[in-house]
Amino acid sequence: MKPFRYTRARDAASAVATVAADPGARFLAGGTNLVDHLKLGVAEPDHLVDVRGAVDGSVTELADGRVRVGAAVANSDLAAHPLVRARYPVLSAALSSGASGQLRNAATTGGNLLQRTRCPYFQNTATPCNKRDPGSGCGALHGHGRDNAVLGTSERCVATHPSDMAVALAALGAEVRLLTGEGERGVPVSGLYRLPGDRPEQDTVLEQGDLITAVDLPALPWVRRSAYRKVRERASYAFALVSVAAALRIEEGRVVRVRLALGGVAPMPWRAHHAEEALVGRPATEEVFREAARSEFAQARPGRDNAFKVPLAVNTVGAVLRSLAQEEGA
Amino acid sequence: MSGVEQGALGRPDERVEGWDKVAGRARYAYEQPVPALYVHPVLSTVARGRVLAVDTGPARASAGVEAVLTHENAERLADTSDAEFAVLQGPHIGFCGQIVAAVVARTPEEARRGADLVQVREYAEEHDVVLGPGHPRLYCPDELNAYPEADTRQGDPAAALERAPVVLDRTYRTPMEHNNPMEPHACTVLWEEGTGGGSLTVYDSTQGVHPVRESLAQVLGLHAEQVRVVSEHVGGGFGSKGSPHAHNVVAALAARAVPGRWVKLALTRQQMFTLVGHRTPTIQRVRLGAARDGVLSAVVHDVEEHTSTVKEFAEQSAVCTRMMYAAPHRRTTHRLAALDVPIPFWMRAPGETPGMFALESALDELACELAMDPIVLRERNEPDLDPETGAPWSDRRLVQCLHEGARRFGWAGRDGRARSRREGEWWVGTGVASAVYPHFVNPGSEVEIVHGQGVYTVSIGAADIGTGARTVLGQIAADALSVPAERVRVRIGDTALPPATVAGGSAGTSSWGSAVVAAARALREEHGSEPGEGARARAGTPEDAVAPGYSVYSFGAHFVEARVHADTGEVRVPRMYGLFSVGRVLNPRLARSQLVGGMVMGLSMALHEHTVMDARLGHVVNHDLAQYHVAAHADVQQVEAEWLEGADVRATPMGSRGVGEIGIVGAAAAVANAAHHATGVRVRNLPLTPDRFLVGPRE
Repeated sequence: MKPFRYTRARDAASAVATVAADPGARFLAGGTNLVDHLKLGVAEPDHLVDVRGAVDGSVTELADGRVRVGAAVANSDLAAHPLVRARYPVLSAALSSGASGQLRNAATTGGNLLQRTRCPYFQNTATPCNKRDPGSGCGALHGHGRDNAVLGTSERCVATHPSDMAVALAALGAEVRLLTGEGERGVPVSGLYRLPGDRPEQDTVLEQGDLITAVDLPALPWVRRSAYRKVRERASYAFALVSVAAALRIEEGRVVRVRLALGGVAPMPWRAHHAEEALVGRPATEEVFREAARSEFAQARPGRDNAFKVPLAVNTVGAVLRSLAQEEGA
Repeated sequence: MSGVEQGALGRPDERVEGWDKVAGRARYAYEQPVPALYVHPVLSTVARGRVLAVDTGPARASAGVEAVLTHENAERLADTSDAEFAVLQGPHIGFCGQIVAAVVARTPEEARRGADLVQVREYAEEHDVVLGPGHPRLYCPDELNAYPEADTRQGDPAAALERAPVVLDRTYRTPMEHNNPMEPHACTVLWEEGTGGGSLTVYDSTQGVHPVRESLAQVLGLHAEQVRVVSEHVGGGFGSKGSPHAHNVVAALAARAVPGRWVKLALTRQQMFTLVGHRTPTIQRVRLGAARDGVLSAVVHDVEEHTSTVKEFAEQSAVCTRMMYAAPHRRTTHRLAALDVPIPFWMRAPGETPGMFALESALDELACELAMDPIVLRERNEPDLDPETGAPWSDRRLVQCLHEGARRFGWAGRDGRARSRREGEWWVGTGVASAVYPHFVNPGSEVEIVHGQGVYTVSIGAADIGTGARTVLGQIAADALSVPAERVRVRIGDTALPPATVAGGSAGTSSWGSAVVAAARALREEHGSEPGEGARARAGTPEDAVAPGYSVYSFGAHFVEARVHADTGEVRVPRMYGLFSVGRVLNPRLARSQLVGGMVMGLSMALHEHTVMDARLGHVVNHDLAQYHVAAHADVQQVEAEWLEGADVRATPMGSRGVGEIGIVGAAAAVANAAHHATGVRVRNLPLTPDRFLVGPRE
């Protein structure tokens, strides 16, 4: 573990100015992932700028019906918030399925979005990893590949994004609020992330010093019927093999609105646009749900150890939509 | 106990140190309040090869670093016959994660930083870390862990299989697995120079202070009297602390490099995955020959396992098959391949745990093939005498465990057909498996009892690794002395106390307790019922603690309900029930905790545990608790353990047998059998991950 400086930012603007000016500086929020990286040698910053007191830690309803979540809101608080539980059950369920109670108490909304892959090669500095050490090679591609992604991968990187919360936010089409050296701007959650391509070291579109200040949840009354299903080997405290965030609206037996995002299968929370398009206007039957899910995986590139993720995802999408359709019918 | 008033034994006394532990007052090895330097090991990153050069310059220049040990500057050890202890004695690398240097610094952080800065240049040779079937390096070991014979044969099993009307021929696999006690392996060590050649003091997290003393004295070329090992509290061991390991040696080397100053070393969780042992993967071919009525004529159990190139450890996976069921024709074999892997060692019920997964799965498969209740099949093959030795059983009540367990679990009326019960999105099934564990009483422990002011102080250098040994030894002493437990004080965990054998093989209480009874009798014989101040007596574990001529084992039956999700294949176990025959239960609170703990570990083995070796890079891939899954609380639902009443006076003077390990034996088979009953999918290759069940009417 490399020695570093620690300072507490008084406000967001000074935090951004400090980190933007210093390539060795990093923001610190809950630290549930970054502190691991410090110990493992995966991250070796010179300066940690603690932003927990510098960004908003509250959940507020905006005048236009959207809900703004401050970047410092703890995962457990967000999961339990009455507005979230009532209007965005998919988000509450996703948050509650992540990590452990202790970690959810410490982890923040902004930090959760920016957590990095748990690929075992990324986390072990004795092994090659293009994400951690560009150009060193990908240990996972021909190594232990059970947790690898099947969608959106490249020859350079096959890591999955670990967040549950981000999958729900992708389904909702939430917007991430940023403070940068040039001022404030917003970016949709799906647009925050980038696929690995030739530069897997770059998880997101953020530049040095860009700070997440809030996440805006859109006003979507119909997603009050939504669900998050996380499939994992043990019943708690494990990353998803496959996860599904979904919202469904049916009229006269046909799908009229649907939101579908997948976790555990891609380098980013994967909004299943193909499947959504394949569903709208079609009869709300399990066979249709499964067929749509299959269409999403037409481009899947599974490896030796993770081919099961494709049928598992298809089954899980089918089960989640079936269950939402039954609720709707009830 | 004959001639002894019944009182404390059988009573559910709380652990005497329980409040100290929950209040944080109990001091573990790393927590000794001494000013200390800290040691952080540097590990190899190749699986086979040698260290070409170590550049210690940047590390030595780093803040707080006091010394950097390498194979070039470390003290030459006196005895390197046990290669596990030959730490920093040469450039050879035998596995990935071997200690190749160590940094001594003023704080743990500075030691860790220093270790990052040690530049080790390694030369990598071709390695082989994956055990495959029929591995070209397989050989027959001279002996197995705790058993002299690698192979056994009775009758003519090949001919019997030829003739058998029904033959089952299946291969089962269990993966490499790792012990993960909550407390990591840690020690606090001081070397003092002076008269008598100096002295070494070691606070260690161990299952046996005396065995640690013996090993370290031998390795360092010291007399045993020069070494003191203390281990008052231990946060779990499960076998992995049954011997010192390389970290103890490197801590001792570090201490001797800075005489007069304490050094502390705690392995990180990641380091534990290469330095403190693991369970070998197994490939087990089981062949059963049977008549249509289920009576076995032949049992053949052939095992392939790995060991390390550094040191041999031969897990005795098929030994339970030698005595479990009656069949006139039987064979067991064990073959090892020495691979470039860390050194395997004890993990809760080594041998029985993987072996009984295979045997008890095979019995279930045979029952399915014969459309027979699996309990009836086991009953048909119940031997009157130990089929291996011909000796009578001291107390074999397996059939009673199966029958009574079935009644309490609610087995009656079970539809034996697989995939016959569906509740909502879940397939539901039930499974059964037998459990067995041998009875050991190890010779060599001694107990001293001293009387003073009405209190009897019982001293033995035994270990309490969380089992409650300290408490139960007090109860044994109280009854043997016919005094209330409040008048007994137990001192353990220090080589300044009389010698004690390791807390292993479920033999701790049996071995030490027998010596406690002997010492109590000696005290009464020598000093009567009103001993004076300072009256003392000392006695060892009697050689005849176990009645000769009997075959002494514990038995049990596991019952499991498993649910498998029809869409996702997730396996959940809402109910585990175990009924055991373990002789007299000396403390039901402690025994239950051991049995339930074993069952939980068996559940974890069934569903989750799997160490992954990277074939190309040669390292353990999933070397932390986020990646190496053990059962979480949410996985462990209703787990109940009960036992048959009764004492086995042929086993120990207390009438008890061990309870530390039998809970895990057979548990994984019961889970797999239940999952098969639920789904019709037979998983012969642990663990039972969701992908194994993604077959059937869906994708």
